Amino acid sequence: MTINKLASTVAAAALAAAGMAAPALAEVDLSGKTIEWVIPFSETGGSAKWANFFAPLLSAQLPGTPTVVVKFMPGAGSTKGANWFQDQKHEDGTLLFGTSGSTQFPYLLDDPRVRYEYSDWVPIMASGTGGVAYLNPEDGKKFDGSANALKDINFIYGSQGATRLDLVPLLAWKMLGMNVEPVFGIKGRGDGRLMFERGEATIDYQTSSAYLGASADLVASGKAVAMMSWGALDEDGNIVRDPTFPEIPTFKEVCEATDGCETSGEAWDAWKAFFIAGFPVQKIAFLPAGTPDDVKQTYVEAFDAVRSADGFKERAAQQVGKYPVFVGDGAARATKEGTTVSAEAKAYVIDWLQQDYGVSLK
Amino acid sequence: MDIIATALPALGDAWALILQPLVLGYLVLGVVMGLCVGVFPGLGGIAGLSLLLPFMFGMEPVLGLALMIGMVAVVPTSDTFASVLMGIPGSSASQATVLDGFPLAKKGQAARALSAAFSASLFGGLVGALFLTIFILIARPIVLAFGLPEMLMITILGLSMVAVLAGRVALKGLAAAGLGLMIGTIGEADAGGSLRMATYDIPYLTDGLALVIVGLGIFAVPEIVSLLRQDRSIAREAKLGAGWGAGVRDWFANIWLSMRCSLIGVLVGIIPGLGGSVVDWIAYGHTVQTTKDKSNFGKGEIRGVIGPESSNNAKEGGGLVPTLLFGIPGSGSMAIFIGAIALLGSGDIEVGPKMLQDNLDITYSIVWLLALANVVGTLLCIAASGGIAKLTTIRFTYLAPFLFMLISFAAFQSGQNFEDLLALFVIGLIGIFLRRFDWSRPAFLIGFVLSNPVEKFSNQAFQIASFRFRKSFEEGMEYIFSPIVIVLLIVTVVSVVLGIRQAKTIMAEGDVQSGSKRAPLVFLLVIIAYLVTALINAQMIPDFNLTDKIVPLVVGGIALACCLIMLVQMILRPETDVIFADKEAAGEDADAPYGLWSTLGWFGSLIVATFFVGFILALVGFMLSFLRVRAGASWTKTLILTAAGITLMCVMAGALNRDFPPGLLQGAVDLPWPLK
Repeated sequence: MTINKLASTVAAAALAAAGMAAPALAEVDLSGKTIEWVIPFSETGGSAKWANFFAPLLSAQLPGTPTVVVKFMPGAGSTKGANWFQDQKHEDGTLLFGTSGSTQFPYLLDDPRVRYEYSDWVPIMASGTGGVAYLNPEDGKKFDGSANALKDINFIYGSQGATRLDLVPLLAWKMLGMNVEPVFGIKGRGDGRLMFERGEATIDYQTSSAYLGASADLVASGKAVAMMSWGALDEDGNIVRDPTFPEIPTFKEVCEATDGCETSGEAWDAWKAFFIAGFPVQKIAFLPAGTPDDVKQTYVEAFDAVRSADGFKERAAQQVGKYPVFVGDGAARATKEGTTVSAEAKAYVIDWLQQDYGVSLK
Repeated sequence: MDIIATALPALGDAWALILQPLVLGYLVLGVVMGLCVGVFPGLGGIAGLSLLLPFMFGMEPVLGLALMIGMVAVVPTSDTFASVLMGIPGSSASQATVLDGFPLAKKGQAARALSAAFSASLFGGLVGALFLTIFILIARPIVLAFGLPEMLMITILGLSMVAVLAGRVALKGLAAAGLGLMIGTIGEADAGGSLRMATYDIPYLTDGLALVIVGLGIFAVPEIVSLLRQDRSIAREAKLGAGWGAGVRDWFANIWLSMRCSLIGVLVGIIPGLGGSVVDWIAYGHTVQTTKDKSNFGKGEIRGVIGPESSNNAKEGGGLVPTLLFGIPGSGSMAIFIGAIALLGSGDIEVGPKMLQDNLDITYSIVWLLALANVVGTLLCIAASGGIAKLTTIRFTYLAPFLFMLISFAAFQSGQNFEDLLALFVIGLIGIFLRRFDWSRPAFLIGFVLSNPVEKFSNQAFQIASFRFRKSFEEGMEYIFSPIVIVLLIVTVVSVVLGIRQAKTIMAEGDVQSGSKRAPLVFLLVIIAYLVTALINAQMIPDFNLTDKIVPLVVGGIALACCLIMLVQMILRPETDVIFADKEAAGEDADAPYGLWSTLGWFGSLIVATFFVGFILALVGFMLSFLRVRAGASWTKTLILTAAGITLMCVMAGALNRDFPPGLLQGAVDLPWPLK
């Protein structure tokens, strides 16, 4: 519930701010213009789905109902598009950029391809998701809310790569003392689920909407056992149960119950930092550096109208999950949380990736 | 009985949904849009669907489905135009079609080839739909039976088609495939992220080369350049032979081949993760093996068109199974399709495991809309084929600038980098030399297409197998040698043995005369140099990322061994040996009035000019000077054709909301679209 409170506080603040800026707002009229919403991924990914979902809604709420088109600029794991956006300056407020966890992770891990700086950009809207990990039924029987009985088992997991979003589950399982061997190189989490269904993988995780769409059925029919969700953030930044899965314990709870797993210290801080970047603040929409306040407010208001429109929650549940959509100051705060990580946490993760997977980002 | 009891009413509901005038109207609209997009090489269903997405929000589900399916369904049909008429593979679905379709067009039988291809497509689409109607209900366990070892075996079966297509010198074909595989490994490895023949300083290379660019470079560029040098029309003597009726009769005479290839298409299509990349090659290989007189393959055998075309539309139907049943897109356009379905209506149709239980009627509507769209699209295409085939009678010099324009634009769509054009040029150069020295280009392309699956599936299957073996020996053996794997293994072995026996009669490049020793030897040495560099580069990957280096090392090693044996052969044998095949020695290339480099220079100049002033301005200059100087056209004709080309480009890009490659000028000055 705290999440909703946070969302509504932010909304109120944004509206108040918008109210104050109202006289200036009348100046911004986008009628007849075409807004380009650039996504640094291909047409087929999750970010494309996200932007395509919001584009018509945003168009209807912006003054002058401009056309909003989604453009794709894939390449180099989204760093190509982000580097391009870094060079863009404010012109007439018709350029919008969307990033995802895959853009944030290279930034957090000092990938050599990264030539962009998140703090230069103007965040307008941020949305997130959650995730649930589950086990095969045989090993699932040994799961008692702690991972103590799972430590001697070898698990196999279909993974997209250790520096992707999969970093979060892999690190979580490692912290629990579990022995999870990733099979790298799958193309999407759907392929991972298929591997699990075929019995080739013995442990899996899905983001919330994918879990609800397919994996929940496996759990209900006894072909899988839900283990833990990654949780959600409350307004003080604590991890609490995911509102979409109130019955599933969080990783934090499982970690507390498991011998040798600590919910403080550098491992925990590192996990939490990357969890935030990868899940609750996964996708962010930005205006370019140097965007004046009136244009920014126009967009903030429009996104606020989008999220409070009738029926948005139901539709969004399928597209982006039952998670808060942050706008304005809320988005700015979320962006800060999702794109900063302490030097110690970063060093810990980089060291772990090198040790366990031989990944070096140089 | 249970199945039929649920299926029949749903099927009835589906037909009731489809057979409304408005729905059919939307379907036709989608088909027409799909045809327009599909004839442009390299755009395909993804571009078309993206165009429709903004209208999907809240649209009546069945109308939206009709529109989208109409569009997706006809792309593999309409891209046949480019493959047959121009030798340009429009998408991965039509690469095998080029092999025999384009030679037919050169013989003046374009209309026959097209209508045979379209009839086969239509039939394949219908067989696919019929099969799916029953199969989709029981498909789930079958799809799940295809694990990594099974997928690896299918990939290897696809790769074994190299044996059929290797050409006269088997070693050359094998080396060409090995080179294709090695080119396919360029970039960031899927498994460990190591870089192969790439550096972070050139971000373009880290993503690897796109299939569109390699397909265009290997097949289209060499053909365009060759025809341009000869300065004639595509159809020799500019005459059209057999009409479209002959093609339909050809198809009917080969209906059983068409049936078998359709089933191959559906079955391979349903396996998620393989997509369409192998289907048409497996179908082509099957066609060759079941044809008694093999001497015409590669020179214009109508069966070589019917086989792959039957399978590629059937595959679209098969691809619906993983998409609808598991929510896992079988292809890029299916990924957008899934996303778009969630936008329809009130957003409550959810693609995935629940689809069959909750929305069986919608599922059937999709299957049969696809079939219906095939019918409408094919009829339109057949109707148009006679007229469009006339393109092959035009003097090629007038077509060439438009083709250079189209393939450059198509290449640019894959990554929207200037480097896309450079890559097209370089791969085109490789293609020209592969063609000149009679190295099998299909073998190269099969290697490239299957490079990623081979590497991925062998690494993953190995890892999981060793995991099973650690548990117990029996479990490991059971995993690797499942019944499906054994069957596929037998099929592969048989096909390789038969293939090697037959390969000598199938000359994908025609009968190439041998010339002097020097040129073929130099080319071989260049290939050896590349392979050695790539091998050293792979060897430098640290051992803890063994998964990233093992495949390049093994494949590169085999390819290098083939090349070295050939080197010895070249030294020992006389210069009349087939190993020294050289198109510049004798034949139409050697007799061409224009030289290779001056002709290629025109294409190069377009790319260089793009680097400075951006694509559209470069194109204006290119077309004006090409038509005026090279084609010797009057000023009026030059201006009209240039204006037509530029307008076509702008309308197309404008409708699809695409940009053009910018140059240095665009970096310095702000220009309005389309100049920007």
